Amino acid sequence: MKDMASQPVIEAKGLNLVFQTADGPVQALKDVNLTINQGDFVSFIGPSGCGKTTFLRAIAALETPTSGTLRVNGMTPDEARRKRAYGYVFQAAGLYPWRTIAGNIKLPLEIMGFSKAEQDERTERVLELVELKGFGKKFPWQLSGGMQQRASIARALAFDADILLMDEPFGALDEIVRDRLNEETLKLWARTGKTIGFVTHSIPEAVYLSTKIVVMSPRPGRITDVIDSPLPKERPLDIRDSREFIEIAHRVREGLRAGHHED
Amino acid sequence: MTFLVVALVVWLALWALNVWIAGSPLSKARAGKLMVPLIFGVAVLVLWEGLVRGLEVSFVILPPPSAIAAKIGASLPVLWQDAAQTILKGAIPGFLIGCGSAVLVAIAIDRSPFLQRGLLPIGNFVAALPIVGLAPILVMWFGFDWQSKAAVVVAMVFFPMLVNTVAGLQASERMQRDLMATWGASYLQTLVKLRLPAAMPFLFNGLKIASTLALIGAIVAEFFGSPTYGMGFRISTEVGRLGLDMVWAEIAVAALAGSLLYGIVSLIERWVTFWHPSQRH
Repeated sequence: MKDMASQPVIEAKGLNLVFQTADGPVQALKDVNLTINQGDFVSFIGPSGCGKTTFLRAIAALETPTSGTLRVNGMTPDEARRKRAYGYVFQAAGLYPWRTIAGNIKLPLEIMGFSKAEQDERTERVLELVELKGFGKKFPWQLSGGMQQRASIARALAFDADILLMDEPFGALDEIVRDRLNEETLKLWARTGKTIGFVTHSIPEAVYLSTKIVVMSPRPGRITDVIDSPLPKERPLDIRDSREFIEIAHRVREGLRAGHHED
Repeated sequence: MTFLVVALVVWLALWALNVWIAGSPLSKARAGKLMVPLIFGVAVLVLWEGLVRGLEVSFVILPPPSAIAAKIGASLPVLWQDAAQTILKGAIPGFLIGCGSAVLVAIAIDRSPFLQRGLLPIGNFVAALPIVGLAPILVMWFGFDWQSKAAVVVAMVFFPMLVNTVAGLQASERMQRDLMATWGASYLQTLVKLRLPAAMPFLFNGLKIASTLALIGAIVAEFFGSPTYGMGFRISTEVGRLGLDMVWAEIAVAALAGSLLYGIVSLIERWVTFWHPSQRH
């Protein structure tokens, strides 16, 4: 029902991931099957412990699955990591305090060996993209939390990976800032055409942003529902009052509740 | 008796002056901030002088500051020769070698759990050796000149520096290391661009502790054999001759040099770790 020409970018088949903890093994992911296509905006939603962050980290090769297959651009996650296939945005901005905002954005570029001129050019461009033009010379601790998070998104965009993985990027911000950043994220997605994986706790955020919503539940972490959003690509903030929006939100909530009942 | 009275009066007057400055707008100005500690220092010296002279304290117990100052003035070449021997040749090379090798070993330890289990306990063991036992042995090994003093300093500063650096290398956040991994950074890139900068506040803690230890080590090591000059040599021989003014002169030089060394390290620290919450103003 969506663009048939789109290529699968991330494919998980029968994925299991077990953490060995002091209290015995914990099944963080159980039999996860999911395909994410080129240009999708996929949200992962669920209560803590449902494995949404673990799944994102597995895609990024920050965790190793215990069994099953996981392909990123047809490669193993670790190969994809080495090929710099994705940019990762964490819940906290994680900017290095000894570097200016521009210096932070240049850091991945330095590591990847971009030329000095290209580093400057790209830094200017992504700063503009996240509306931080003119803040390049500031240090992170001189900016607000929202601005720091935008800078960390700019950093993830700077090297132009096809995939953007965002782990509750706006979770620590207040509602007003969050709304604005959600809007900007959508614009960014429309402009760049990237594939985005987005972990969130918030139902409205998931419904507002995504073309595909993956509902997960805990113990063991698993997918309980995958919803393809019928909402159009253009989404003004007040789309959240539309009937369709409310229906999808309702279905997500039902999915979350169903997952919880099995406890 | 007059000495005592004059000293007390001057002391109280300076005290009152400081109280007045602290309450006046001058206390916010740079001049005021400099004057208050300076006046306090002068007051302590005046009180010391007056008490020692007024109460006729024996010269051997505590010489008056004026006698110490006169001794410093009269023996500048000797004091300089001693300081050059002990500080420039003993303490500073030892400090640099000890701290430098501690950082390198810390990086090796951090890289390999095998070394972590092997080298940290050895470092700990060496640090636990008493300096009065270690110094004579090192003098036997490295000779009477500055080399053995530098060796004692190395042994003293190595462990605090090592422990601080090892802790510092673990100071970067997991998320920041994960970020480096997502960018496909190599071990060396992560070390240079993330972990060493993040370790700097710890490194400077170690350097500050080491800077004071270095001076103590270099002076004490001379008690166990040295050429006929050096601060430790001078102190031990002058004590034997009851030349306490010279001992105090050496102590003054040591205090000055120690503060200077510490100050230089602090200054570099402020420049390098300007980003750390403790340094932001």
